[in-house]
Amino acid sequence: MSHKTMINIGPFHPLQEEAEFFQLYVDGERVVDVDVRISYNHRGIEKLDESKTFDQVPFVVERVCGICSASHPLAYVQAVEDIAHVQVPERALYLRTIVNELERIHSHLLWVGLAGHFLGYNTVFMWAWKYREPILDALEVATGSRVNYANCKIGGVRRDMTDEQLKEIDRLATESYGPVEMLTKAVIDDPVLHARLKNVGVLSKADARAYGATGPTGRGSGLPIDVRRDDPYAAYDRIDWQVHYEESGDVFAKAKVRLLETLEAVKIIQRAVRAIPGGEIDAKVQNIPPGEAVGHVEAPRGETFHYVRSDGSNYPVRHKVRAPSFNNIPTFKASCIGQEIADVAITLASVDPCYSCTERMCAAVDAESGRRMFDFAQLVKLSQEKTQRLRRQL
Amino acid sequence: MAVKHWALKKSLWVYHVNTGACNNCDIEVLDLLTPRFDIERFGMILVGSPRHADVLAVTGTCTRQAMPRLQELYRQAAKPVVVLAIGSCAGAQGIFTEAYHMGSPVDETIRAVDPNAIIAYVPGCPPKPEAMIAAVVKAWDVIDTL
Ligand code: SF4
Repeated sequence: MSHKTMINIGPFHPLQEEAEFFQLYVDGERVVDVDVRISYNHRGIEKLDESKTFDQVPFVVERVCGICSASHPLAYVQAVEDIAHVQVPERALYLRTIVNELERIHSHLLWVGLAGHFLGYNTVFMWAWKYREPILDALEVATGSRVNYANCKIGGVRRDMTDEQLKEIDRLATESYGPVEMLTKAVIDDPVLHARLKNVGVLSKADARAYGATGPTGRGSGLPIDVRRDDPYAAYDRIDWQVHYEESGDVFAKAKVRLLETLEAVKIIQRAVRAIPGGEIDAKVQNIPPGEAVGHVEAPRGETFHYVRSDGSNYPVRHKVRAPSFNNIPTFKASCIGQEIADVAITLASVDPCYSCTERMCAAVDAESGRRMFDFAQLVKLSQEKTQRLRRQL
Repeated sequence: MAVKHWALKKSLWVYHVNTGACNNCDIEVLDLLTPRFDIERFGMILVGSPRHADVLAVTGTCTRQAMPRLQELYRQAAKPVVVLAIGSCAGAQGIFTEAYHMGSPVDETIRAVDPNAIIAYVPGCPPKPEAMIAAVVKAWDVIDTL
């Protein structure tokens, strides 16, 4: 006879930076079902944006998720630029590319470190984060801050970079190529990692497609999708670079894709720094006409998608954010079930889930009166009424 | 200064609570552990349970969902415990002040449980790791006065 046990992980758990709540249903050592509860981090950013002017919104959206704080504002400003039909100056496009690729390196190294930590390889954690520091320095050189860049604005970028700054970024990125290559080789050749990661948490190509997996999660499962190539933005179509993908769909493939992408990002930065043209950095947008548009950007975790609607006033009337983890987190249903419990931590980590960008909240609203239904007090009341009803029937 | 407090200063154990942060403050807290800042050399480590903690490093705005959990964590922590409110969010809800899903600010949430809680604020969005180390040094001074 099978016996199902429920294991709760979270919401405040030492393994996770963020508050999230997993419920694993296990039968012996095997996971038979998984449930994810979120919303501890929900801050209502979409609603908040409606009370900010178009120029203020980038500062809010870069705080959707701190690790993607270059991608979210970029997706937003691209949407607004589309509404206003702005031609962004060449130089600004290159500057955007540089900051976005630096962000990708820092995010992927962060993931490699945490993955090493989950597997009990704390050396990998320390090394990866050590090699990440120069990249944060480069970001500080480029934008003035280690993690919140305030780089994008509608029509261009907020700050130009001098030649010295560009040289310094080039130097810091180039110097990190060697260590990242060493890490990549160490991961690809390590027999223990092979045993631990190969055929673990497999997400098949069909499942990846069905769940709409994006970014390294999809690319690890043989879906060579990448917004940077498929719908080029910034300066990605002016630079020569490659999309990396793997067929096997296991955790190992996802790790390999991320490491190869990190190396590719260094190359993109080197080429962008050499090819950057001079000139203006801002198209000086005056007003935003009524209209609607979408902007999407390949964030480190996958495609981030922003929808903006304007009615010609100073404020967006609707701003919708769909972050990559929103697609990637449901793939747990395909990749975790059938695993051993010991493999679950790394399988959950393998999509590089980010909850602060995915948090949603549900409310049942009466369509006619606009009144919120079923708040906590009402639910308690319903529950009490049911007890009384049952009691009467007995 | 009691022997207990003298000993406490040599080994502050930190429990990290995210009450609705954007992750930046959190990665900067984790950064403290890694080679460049390496706070373990001061006897500080991140621990897995609030019951072991001498310091609660709170990041984030304290959403409605996280509020009762933060209070529960504070109740569970062994006293004396120093609360570090890290970042503008934890200090005063930062950019999210007007959002609909905010609970009360971190300090008010904790003061509702213990009016005499020791709370150190680390402003910045996110504060640099150096600033967090400076906050811990200030926490030492507070422990001296206990
Ligand atoms: S203070 Fe700033 S960096 Fe820290 S969690 Fe809040 S928004 Fe993010």
